Amino acid sequence: MSTDHHHNPGFIAKYVFSVDHKVIGIQYAVTALLFLFFGFCLMMMMRFQLAYPGEEIPVIGGLLAGALDPDTGGFLHNLAASLVSSDGFLLPEGYNVLGAMHGTIMVFLGVVPLAVGGFGNYVMPLQIGAPDMAFPKLNMASYWVFLAGGIVMLVSFFLPQGAAQSGWTSYPPLSVISPGQTMWLIGMVLLITSSLLGSVNFIVTIIHLRAEGLSFFRLPFFVWAQFVTAFLLLLAFPPLEAAGVLQLMDRVAGTSFFMPTGLVVANEVLNVAGEGNPLLWQHLFWFLAHPEVYVLILPALGIVAEVIANNTRKPLWGYRSMVYSTIFLGFMSFIVWAHHMFMTGMGETMSIFFQTTTMIISVPSVIILTALVISLWGSSIRFTVPMLFALSFLPMFAIGGLTGLPLGLAAADIHLHDTYYVIGHFHYVVAPGTLMALFAGIYYWYPKATGRKMNTMLGHMHFWGSFIFLNAVFMPMFFQGMAGVSRRLYDQTLYYHGDAVQSLTRMSSWGAWCLGIAQIPFIINFFASLWMGKKANDNPWEATTLEWSTPTPPPHGNFTTVPVVVCGPYEYSPPDKPDGFTPQMTANA
Amino acid sequence: MSVAEIKYIDKPHPITGLTNGKLGIWLFLASEVMLFGALFSSLILLRVGSSDWPHGKNILDVPLATLNTIILITSSVTMVMAWASLKMDRFDKFKLYMGATIALSCAFLVIKFFEYSPKFSHYEAFLKPAAVSKYEDHLTGKASISGHIEKQTDDEIVFKPDTPKGDHGADHGAEHDGHAEHAEITIDRADIHRLTSFGPWHSNFLGIYFTMTGLHGLHIIGGIVVNAWLLFPGSVMFRKERERFEGRVECAGLYWHFVDLVWIFLFPTLYLL
Amino acid sequence: MAEHAHDIAKHVKVYIVIFAVLMVLTLVTVGVSYLELSIMSAVIVAMFVASIKGSLVACYFMHLIDERKIIYWVLALTVFFFIVLMAIPSLDVHSGEGVVVNR
Ligand code: HEM
Ligand SMILES: [Cu+2]
Repeated sequence: MSTDHHHNPGFIAKYVFSVDHKVIGIQYAVTALLFLFFGFCLMMMMRFQLAYPGEEIPVIGGLLAGALDPDTGGFLHNLAASLVSSDGFLLPEGYNVLGAMHGTIMVFLGVVPLAVGGFGNYVMPLQIGAPDMAFPKLNMASYWVFLAGGIVMLVSFFLPQGAAQSGWTSYPPLSVISPGQTMWLIGMVLLITSSLLGSVNFIVTIIHLRAEGLSFFRLPFFVWAQFVTAFLLLLAFPPLEAAGVLQLMDRVAGTSFFMPTGLVVANEVLNVAGEGNPLLWQHLFWFLAHPEVYVLILPALGIVAEVIANNTRKPLWGYRSMVYSTIFLGFMSFIVWAHHMFMTGMGETMSIFFQTTTMIISVPSVIILTALVISLWGSSIRFTVPMLFALSFLPMFAIGGLTGLPLGLAAADIHLHDTYYVIGHFHYVVAPGTLMALFAGIYYWYPKATGRKMNTMLGHMHFWGSFIFLNAVFMPMFFQGMAGVSRRLYDQTLYYHGDAVQSLTRMSSWGAWCLGIAQIPFIINFFASLWMGKKANDNPWEATTLEWSTPTPPPHGNFTTVPVVVCGPYEYSPPDKPDGFTPQMTANA
Repeated sequence: MSVAEIKYIDKPHPITGLTNGKLGIWLFLASEVMLFGALFSSLILLRVGSSDWPHGKNILDVPLATLNTIILITSSVTMVMAWASLKMDRFDKFKLYMGATIALSCAFLVIKFFEYSPKFSHYEAFLKPAAVSKYEDHLTGKASISGHIEKQTDDEIVFKPDTPKGDHGADHGAEHDGHAEHAEITIDRADIHRLTSFGPWHSNFLGIYFTMTGLHGLHIIGGIVVNAWLLFPGSVMFRKERERFEGRVECAGLYWHFVDLVWIFLFPTLYLL
Repeated sequence: MAEHAHDIAKHVKVYIVIFAVLMVLTLVTVGVSYLELSIMSAVIVAMFVASIKGSLVACYFMHLIDERKIIYWVLALTVFFFIVLMAIPSLDVHSGEGVVVNR
């Protein structure tokens, strides 16, 4: 309305309870990066137990064991008691806590908030020429509800029953009877609510607030990716919310939706009504969680597409087929979920159906990846830091995708199910894949958000360290898994087949710690560049899309003139000026 | 026009023909369809897998629920009338109808309370298989007796059983005429396998009943909050930005009708089948 | 949509008719439930009546009978996924032994 601009909001309104999508995007991104780091620290502790079972965890083990002293404050004592023994080594229950919370935090508090809440919020409205999201207040609410969910998850570590222990999948009946799960469920309900608010906002914004001339097929691929992702979040998350409510009832109201009759716990038959069905949870969980993997990957593909188009100085090859593939992918992702359940004794017809849909869904992914690879053909590539990350994404995502095919075939899955092979497969998609793409996005859009470029030298160090050590962490897992080592295993050396490949586990662990060290240049770069980075102009990458045609950093309301779009998103090296580019926007003064 | 202005908050978008709010509320309702859909799906799955799913009408209070159905449908009508009154420029009638909607929704919740509360003092004792024959004359379920607890000690419960109803009590029904006094009986605690009130923990039927109607009730409360806001503090917008206010009322209405619609399906599935 | 007052007045008449029909149908479902039909026919009748009532609410109170195309598209998408969701129980039942562990 015409009354609410041209005034100076106070610090709190401007940076804390802001309704500006750019501030909210940065809040999301920073929070998510912190959670990613935290989730990674949990994993570094676990990796120590795996590499050196039953030894004292260096530094942290001693510190936590110290807090076991009954005189220490209650909260710290709770934390330590749920994780370590008095000798400072990780307890089996503690291992389960770390594993479950690593998975949950990485997926729901790290990657999705960074990719959708962070990049989506910051970049998408700029790229479509909108002044803000369609519902700015809802946008703010979405962030705060997300933060509340994250805090609930964190607080659960400090409560007497500890954090959740049942994996990010929370399969009942185990999850219903193990401690810590209630907080996990409450946290999840908050996170789901937040992402529902966000997805409504994204969809309305993309449909309604595109600039004049910006037809759907002139949208940057990143916007398309966010659009499809928003639909996935909108329609796939509610069933998990329902399932979460049912599990919460099982825990706090003594119902037995997921509890079979006659379940014996600690040598006693559980006093519940029974007749519940544990598989119901699995159906509802995977009804979300398969689409969720596309939520993890689509924004990453969007970022990579932007960076590749920009650094090859060419239009994307097969832009339209990429868009159609994305839509098809989103659609199909709702009818493949039971490929996670081949081992539950489903009938042959069902298993054939889900094997078929799984094979079909791999086709559009391959199309997108192929289009991106072909886009490189015959271009003179600018090897900028974001481009390095984007390029490394391509083969690593390919490895992740291809190793998934055997898991989608029931016969091969009998051998591979629930082994480290699965862990290797999906981490290639989400860690060397998505994470590398997200780093590309950070290096790419950092100058727009802050007005300064990140340091190239540190960027190279970060890139090569991450690239090498991510592979060192995850490549051994395929071999471990094929040797039959189960996932979620506290100590594989207790088994002959596990002990035989223990050296691979050590390699993977050392990889993880080196990976941690490789992040140091990034952390320094991220903060130091705020003050010491080279000043960036409005369009430092000479890019075409709308976010580069506004001042850096963009003002409140984003554009100084009403944007009008005159061409497609990637008009690099147009015939009339082979060394140049045509920005999508002309100023309509 | 300022560049910083968000468009289509009061006027519809030229191509979609909708305001942001209306598109947004429909998307939100789409997600609600999936939320309640998942619960209905769970209900079906649990029911099909159950060996002894009760008839809703034997356990639940159908007259009260019927009354509630009527109330909720009426509130939907008053809601749509409130919107229509605004369109016809009758702000006074808008206030009247909106007030009626809120009053009816509160009545719904009050009735819900009276429907819920007796469940928690009504008990069922599931007997151990060996003890079933001992209480043969008083069984209300396959191997259980439901009723009210009169007195309990450490090893005995004095129980006032219900009149057997429905399938199991077809033969008793004729004699007792549905209202006959049932004598108190004493049940040995040692004969009881599980003693439970008719709360959500009683069985999956009551569990899903409480979960679904409870979640629906939360939606009702949400609707009351929104409608009350539109009736009192929010209504100042009517004078300043009339179209935008009409849009808000329309969106609140869409939400409210959806809540009604969910109930229309909940009612037969839980109470009548 | 810029509707005129007399259009709205016509709408109001429709609302009243729908209200009456909904009331009658409510009494019908309750009545039918006392007929002791077999479970299969009871389910069919109850769901049939509920669907009619639901459609009336959606079409007239929510004005879906005369709505914008994009809303139809969103709802069509939702209905598709809703149907998939509703297939979950059948997935479980037809999948044979070893799935539903009841006893
Ligand atoms: C980058 C460094 C990462 C390392 C070293 C790492 C390592 C691991 C390992 C070793 C496991 C298996 C633990 C076990 O089965 O006992 C695991 C599980 C898991 N990770 Fe990661 N991970 C990383 C990043 C990520 C990211 C970015 C995501 C998600 C977006 C993620 C999601 C998961 C999930 C969902 C599980 C399964 C947890 C469960 O079993 O419930 N991880 N991770
Ligand atoms: Cu999957």
